[in-house]
Amino acid sequence: MRIALQLLGVVLAVLLTGAMLGTAGWVLPPVQSEQVGFRGTGMVQVHSPKAQAALLARNEAPAPQDPAPPGGEPATKTYQNVQVLTDLSTDQFNRIMASITEWVSPEQGCAYCHNVENMADDSVYAKTVARTMFRMVRAINGPWKNHVGETGVTCYTCHRGQPVPANVWHINPGPAHPGGFAARDAGQNHPSLQAGLSSMNYDPYRELLGDKAVGERAVRVAATTALPETRGESLQHTERTYALMIHMSEGLGVNCTYCHNTRAFSSWSESTPKRVTAWHGIRMVRDINGTYIDPTAAVLPPERLGPEGDPAKVNCTTCHQGLAKPLNGAPMLKDYPELAGPVAAKP
Amino acid sequence: MAMLNFERKYRVRGGTLLGGDLFDFWVGPFYVGFFGVTTLFFTLLGTGLIVWGAAIGPTWNVWQINIAPPDLKYGLALAPLKEGGLWQLITVCAIGAFVSWALREVEICRKLGIGYHVPVAFGVAIFAYVTLVVIRPMLMGAWGHGFPYGILSHLDWVSNVGYQYLHFHYNPAHMLGVTFFFTTTFALSLHGSLILSSTNPGKGEVVKTPEHEDTYFRDTIGYSIGTLGIHRLGLFLALSAGFWSAVCIVISGPFWTRGWPEWWGWWLNLPVWR
Repeated sequence: MRIALQLLGVVLAVLLTGAMLGTAGWVLPPVQSEQVGFRGTGMVQVHSPKAQAALLARNEAPAPQDPAPPGGEPATKTYQNVQVLTDLSTDQFNRIMASITEWVSPEQGCAYCHNVENMADDSVYAKTVARTMFRMVRAINGPWKNHVGETGVTCYTCHRGQPVPANVWHINPGPAHPGGFAARDAGQNHPSLQAGLSSMNYDPYRELLGDKAVGERAVRVAATTALPETRGESLQHTERTYALMIHMSEGLGVNCTYCHNTRAFSSWSESTPKRVTAWHGIRMVRDINGTYIDPTAAVLPPERLGPEGDPAKVNCTTCHQGLAKPLNGAPMLKDYPELAGPVAAKP
Repeated sequence: MAMLNFERKYRVRGGTLLGGDLFDFWVGPFYVGFFGVTTLFFTLLGTGLIVWGAAIGPTWNVWQINIAPPDLKYGLALAPLKEGGLWQLITVCAIGAFVSWALREVEICRKLGIGYHVPVAFGVAIFAYVTLVVIRPMLMGAWGHGFPYGILSHLDWVSNVGYQYLHFHYNPAHMLGVTFFFTTTFALSLHGSLILSSTNPGKGEVVKTPEHEDTYFRDTIGYSIGTLGIHRLGLFLALSAGFWSAVCIVISGPFWTRGWPEWWGWWLNLPVWR
């Protein structure tokens, strides 16, 4: 009996070690490293060359369509019920309609949004959503230039050939949980995909990226004085910030030192310039979710809504998909000037 | 210099590894030996270079003096003296001094005819240091991955290198290292308090024997490892702490490039419950 138990133990240990070595995702040297701070500070990005090459291959921008010829009839004269892209010529309008089909619904075609009997008809919910999305894209490429720069975004940046982008989030009520006197999980203590498989918060987005009304200081949990003078932030809020930051790191394929010198996370003078871009990005995501995506709940069918009845919202991964610059910085916007026009007011 | 009465017994000739009889003498209470000379040489040179590095640096504040390794762009080549070359020379001196000291310990062990426990134990500490400034930088392809020499700057490096992997507490070898460090200090505190209390009896009581010490721990935790065993256990715990801390840093980067929490995916994905 004792021998059998010992044998069982040895077999289990060997199996587990084998699984750990074989499936954890270890790499072998050489690795790529890129210095992002003064020498010796340890501010370095580390990548596996093989994984990085595969990632870049998955994030190639499609070849641009031929530009629309200049001039021509305004689209508003050719078509009825044009509400957002009112400044485009008919050629530009058709070019964008062809592109969005290629980017968002290549299999479903025009009928994904349009009643093909009457293209001006608004009966398909996806058309209403698409209008909001055009307004959103123009807002990103205009007022949110401080995050996206001249690289800009197109529908493809997020959609990549799918009607719903692959990386989106819904309000996450968490795993089923007994009520009554059972201990609360305080939104954490489960393996959290959102927080890079750590046990931190499984929904850091709702309160930090959910809406533009999120407080300016919601993310900030670090003490500002050497010694505690107030109670400070709770452990849960602190880890919520940490979870969001892990999400940002994973979404961008970088580590904490891409933006921060971790000896003082909050210190702007010791941070890299990337942190300014990220600061604007956080606010941009809140604006996207609050201003553009949340209102689409009114038209979305139930199967497009999450367990709490909210539409699929964006976070950093929605565009970035593992790279510090989405599509590795391919400047798609310059090939699609139609997406950078004036931001139409809400109807 | 006066000699303690038992000291003459320890002044044994021979047992040197290098230098034969040339350096086989004592200065005051200190054995010299070939490796004593090399230790002194590397120590003085290395310390002198650190002081020079401080002199050409921006501060004399002892907390902020920083001798940083080269930029990553120099790879595994030599860097200009003021841009990390100094760090490279100081690293050579440090390793020279540490290894010399360990070999001097070996010579003393040979003189005394005792085992090599002390130099082996010190060797594990040297191994941890060499892992940080030689093995891992070589695996990652640049001396710039070594840690800077400075009281605060090396701590900043530790922080940033930890955050290169998002959450270092999820590094399994770091978990083992931390556990061994805590356990070795815990074991030392238990053992130290036991010895201090048994050798400092209350007024009118006698010094306690090992039997008393064994009984104390048998009464409190049900087991006593014994007078010899506690030292073997202490050595094991201390060396394991150093060994696993070397492992935890050498796997971070050369063999793992992502966040450490993600490493646990293999456990979550076991076919038993995935």
